Amino acid sequence: MIEIEGLTKRYGEKVAVNNLTFTVRPGLVTGFLGPNGAGKSTTMRMILGLDRPTTGDVRIDGTRYDRLEDPLTYIGALLDAKAVHGGRSAYHHLLCLAQSNGIPASRVGEVLDTVGLKAVARRKAKNFSLGMGQRLGIAGALLGDPRILMFDEPVNGLDPEGIHWIRTLMQTLAAEGRTVFVSSHLMSEMAVTAEHLVVIGQGRLLADTSMADFIRRNSRSYVRVRTPQREQLLDALRTEGITPAGADDGALEVDGVRPEHLGELAARHGIVLHELSPRQASLEEAFMRLTAESVEYHAHTGPASSPPSGQWGAGWRKGS
Amino acid sequence: MTVVQVVRSEWTKIRSVASTVWTLSLAVVVTVALGMLISALTDREFGRLGPADRLSFDPTLISFAGMSLGQLAMIVFGVLVVSNEYSTGMIRTSLAAVPRRGTFLLGKIAPATALALLVSLATAFAAFFLGQAMLDEHGTSIGEPGVLRAVIGGGLYMTLIAVFSMGVAAMLRFPMLSLGTLMPFFFLISGVLGNVPATEKVGRFLPDQAGRRIMQVVPPAGDDTPYGPWGGLGIMALWVLAALVGGYVLLRRRDA
Repeated sequence: MIEIEGLTKRYGEKVAVNNLTFTVRPGLVTGFLGPNGAGKSTTMRMILGLDRPTTGDVRIDGTRYDRLEDPLTYIGALLDAKAVHGGRSAYHHLLCLAQSNGIPASRVGEVLDTVGLKAVARRKAKNFSLGMGQRLGIAGALLGDPRILMFDEPVNGLDPEGIHWIRTLMQTLAAEGRTVFVSSHLMSEMAVTAEHLVVIGQGRLLADTSMADFIRRNSRSYVRVRTPQREQLLDALRTEGITPAGADDGALEVDGVRPEHLGELAARHGIVLHELSPRQASLEEAFMRLTAESVEYHAHTGPASSPPSGQWGAGWRKGS
Repeated sequence: MTVVQVVRSEWTKIRSVASTVWTLSLAVVVTVALGMLISALTDREFGRLGPADRLSFDPTLISFAGMSLGQLAMIVFGVLVVSNEYSTGMIRTSLAAVPRRGTFLLGKIAPATALALLVSLATAFAAFFLGQAMLDEHGTSIGEPGVLRAVIGGGLYMTLIAVFSMGVAAMLRFPMLSLGTLMPFFFLISGVLGNVPATEKVGRFLPDQAGRRIMQVVPPAGDDTPYGPWGGLGIMALWVLAALVGGYVLLRRRDA
């Protein structure tokens, strides 16, 4: 279990992490989602005691990281696959980590086998591909057979086979009852791996919810209707007790009603429809909508004046 | 987490990178070979020395002449042991494994110092005996008063140079910055300060100049150095201690 309490990290004027409070629980994969620069890596570095929080507190199974006896046996982490001396072999890299935490040397061979690097154990790490480096980092995280595992953007730059392998590994680890905390800036990635979701933007907590709940609330389906007789359709809907939302282009978006029903309703009132289409807002849209205000670097395509929510949130309104 | 575990881990780190072998071999080869060369040249030119020079002729010190260049390899060894962690990013992995930073630094410095001591003592003895062989009848022997102290002292001097470099590298973190500070300091600044009359009195309290005193058996004519051989080594040790404390304080305070 990782408990984060009021965690804040300030670099001069800039607040990288702003009063974060959440708990990462055992037995499931918790996704840590946020746009690039949201403070995910900074938070993870503070969890490992690498960066000192400005205020706030992190506990690993109730203890401060630097008070843990042999921390690698409590929490294993892959923060940066490049945090390796390239001139050292995979075997010696893992051996020095094992020795520092009193882990038997025999464990090095085991984890190299688990991540599929046994054949290249004596090769220097600088000759490794990105995927191999990632596997070496994961081997280091698994070394102490820890109850908690933490991965920062583990699938970044991996080929599909590697991505599949990491996803399966994380689910296996969680199924064994371990705490798995994994960050990503991709909602789609989280949707397939995580059961719980912590979303941050500009260092602030935006959501702390189960994935099922997040999908239920955010990935809603609706029907998009366009008509030249807008007022009449609104009246007709109102008599049915339906309150639609208006889209930017004058179309209406109706929640919780099947398109057949809407078409029949319009026909009964003699209303002409130019469009009647069932829509589904993607999770990615939901996530972008959630973090829109907190994204640090917007890519402004099109007119500079158009607000980001207009581009990203088109066709999506917060569920009632 | 015990210091013993960390020492074992750091020893694995030291022996599993190529830079350890080439820096230390270079230190041995350069110190011994240059010492032999200068000893041989001195032997040939001995007849031309004036009576005053003959009086203060110090065959032990002559055989250590290669150390001024060989110590640069020791500096590189000391710098790389520490700053490799930063240049490669390994420091984050290391500090996650050993979060107590004092334990980490101690566990890193201790085995590196032990190795440097072993190599330095071997170098000092090799440089002495081979240098004396080159000096032939102008040489001295290990049994003469003060000679054994000078040879062991030469080994300690080289070791302290390496440890000082480790402390400076712990403060400055990055190899190019550390080497770019230490190399000119020992190769230029210290020499200049020590040879210009106005700054000579300050210059001789610098770590290398104070430490080198222990390798002298025959003091130069008109020597007014305010400290003896062990006093000089003590001054150097204080510099080393200051560098290590500085490295520790910064390591503790800084984010990795």
